[in-house]
Amino acid sequence: MPSIIETALYDIGRLETLAEKDTVVHRLDPRAKLLVTLAFILAVVSFNRYSISGLLPFFLYPAVIIGLADLPPDYLLRKLLIVSPFVLFIGVFNPFLDREIILQIGSFGISGGWISFLSLLIRFSLTVGAALLLIATTGFPAVCMALAKLGAPRILTVQLLLLYRYLFVLIEEGITMIRAHALRSFGRRHLNYRSFTQLLGNLLLRTIDRAQRIHMAMLSRAFTGEIRVSRPTRFGGREIVFITVGCGAFIAFRLINLTDLLGRMIMEIG
Amino acid sequence: MHMADALISPATGGAMWAMTGTVAIYCSAKIKDKLDDRKIPLMGVLGAFVFAAQMINFAIPATGSSGHLGGGLLLAILLGPSAAFLSLASVLTVQALFFADGGLLALGCNIFNLGFFPCFIAYPLIYRKIIGQNLTAGRLLFGAIAAAIVGLQLGSLGVVSQTFLSGIIPLSFSSFLLLMQAIHLPIGVIEGIATAGIISFIWKTRPEILENGGVTKPLGRLPLRGLLTGLAITTLLTSTVFVWFVSTRPDGLEWSLSRAIAPTAQHSAEKVPAPAIQKIQEKTALLPDYKFPGQIPEQTAGSLAGLIGGLLVLLFGLITTIALKKCTGATPRAGK
Repeated sequence: MPSIIETALYDIGRLETLAEKDTVVHRLDPRAKLLVTLAFILAVVSFNRYSISGLLPFFLYPAVIIGLADLPPDYLLRKLLIVSPFVLFIGVFNPFLDREIILQIGSFGISGGWISFLSLLIRFSLTVGAALLLIATTGFPAVCMALAKLGAPRILTVQLLLLYRYLFVLIEEGITMIRAHALRSFGRRHLNYRSFTQLLGNLLLRTIDRAQRIHMAMLSRAFTGEIRVSRPTRFGGREIVFITVGCGAFIAFRLINLTDLLGRMIMEIG
Repeated sequence: MHMADALISPATGGAMWAMTGTVAIYCSAKIKDKLDDRKIPLMGVLGAFVFAAQMINFAIPATGSSGHLGGGLLLAILLGPSAAFLSLASVLTVQALFFADGGLLALGCNIFNLGFFPCFIAYPLIYRKIIGQNLTAGRLLFGAIAAAIVGLQLGSLGVVSQTFLSGIIPLSFSSFLLLMQAIHLPIGVIEGIATAGIISFIWKTRPEILENGGVTKPLGRLPLRGLLTGLAITTLLTSTVFVWFVSTRPDGLEWSLSRAIAPTAQHSAEKVPAPAIQKIQEKTALLPDYKFPGQIPEQTAGSLAGLIGGLLVLLFGLITTIALKKCTGATPRAGK
């Protein structure tokens, strides 16, 4: 069990380390990256459920970002695999429910269910990948600032920043408690109910005390309900180019099926 | 039960974002009104607590499986509905960004399903009513279990309806509903027991925290009326826009596509006999009026072209990544 919680901590740390790189993509204004990511996700999910070839060109976006931002593709792929079970669980019924043959390759017929299942997996990889790329090239605090600048409620963004700040502290405290319990329970995998409530209750009490200390510290530094960050943001030419090229490409991919066009060209030459 | 972006349509995702946005704006206005800025750090840190607590499991006797805390109800009990909603919203945002649990477009759905129902329905209408004015151990356990079950059942109903309205998967509404509600029944019981256990521990050791958190304080004016009015207006607006969108243009982008370019550049996967699509549509009865702009001719050529093109596009993507990585790797980076 400690491994789950330790993996989570490692995961957040790893993404945050990636966000500290200094590349062309990392230097862009967070707002631009947030907007392009949202445009990407909207374009991807707007395809109907049997689309496959139309979706493939969208893989160019993660390809370009991974290349430009110098990110490890194997790590991002592994993250995709870890979170896939829910989508697999729902999508796996498609081939059984939808048996109509809708595609013929030679004498081999493929049913609508398999097509829509594959399409679901592709759009899952694209949308989840885009969100991971956003955080791996921007970092969480910067995403929060972008949200605030784009008009999200102040209290919500303050929440996000505080949550993120104390996440590490509390997870580490949780790890310590779990490890202490494991050392005294002869390798039993899970806590029993009684020790679970006592352990979490104690963690909760410590949390509340910590919140009071934080509040006092904030008050003594003139906290008025808002967190001010003096991070210079520049929304310049680069950002405008990034948004125009990004959104332009997504609209083009959405309107023109590049895959099909390319395949036809090759077949005509051949 | 986090929804994924892959399962929802832009219209559903957008509508749920609007609903969640309305609730979030309402909640932050509510908290600002009270000027209780003591709560602000408490909300953030409790959000982090829920995050850590979700990773700590306890054994369920005689089953071999384990359960953990969901957190929605616990936050509502400790913070009250408005603050708990915002705190949960931030937990779900962090989960979506770092653990890819759910997606950015689906975040509206997830915050609504996992935040609105426990905070604004289950807590005030079930838990508070059962607890009444004086807390006892029995009432606490019963109230927490009942509220957790109701919250989760409503939440999974939300998941099913949103998935169904999006029409991405062909599961029939009733079987998906049955499946989800059944799965979430035991989860609700476990959530209730875990919440009651932690609350009763706090109640025994530091009862004053619960008093501050509003367990024994009367709730005052029910916060629901203003919120529900706001939600009703948003629902009306989004649903009229949605219905107009669906009824006039089967799919906004699909529609503009069929207008904008010649039919030769359609998706190969859509080059299917129209009757087959019709049959699938009728069988699954998802948005029955929705028609694909399907073209019939040269099926095999189309799919082969799709296959070749697809491989080329993916190859091109791979080459781009490697080339760009080489370039960025070669240039010395500042600050390293």
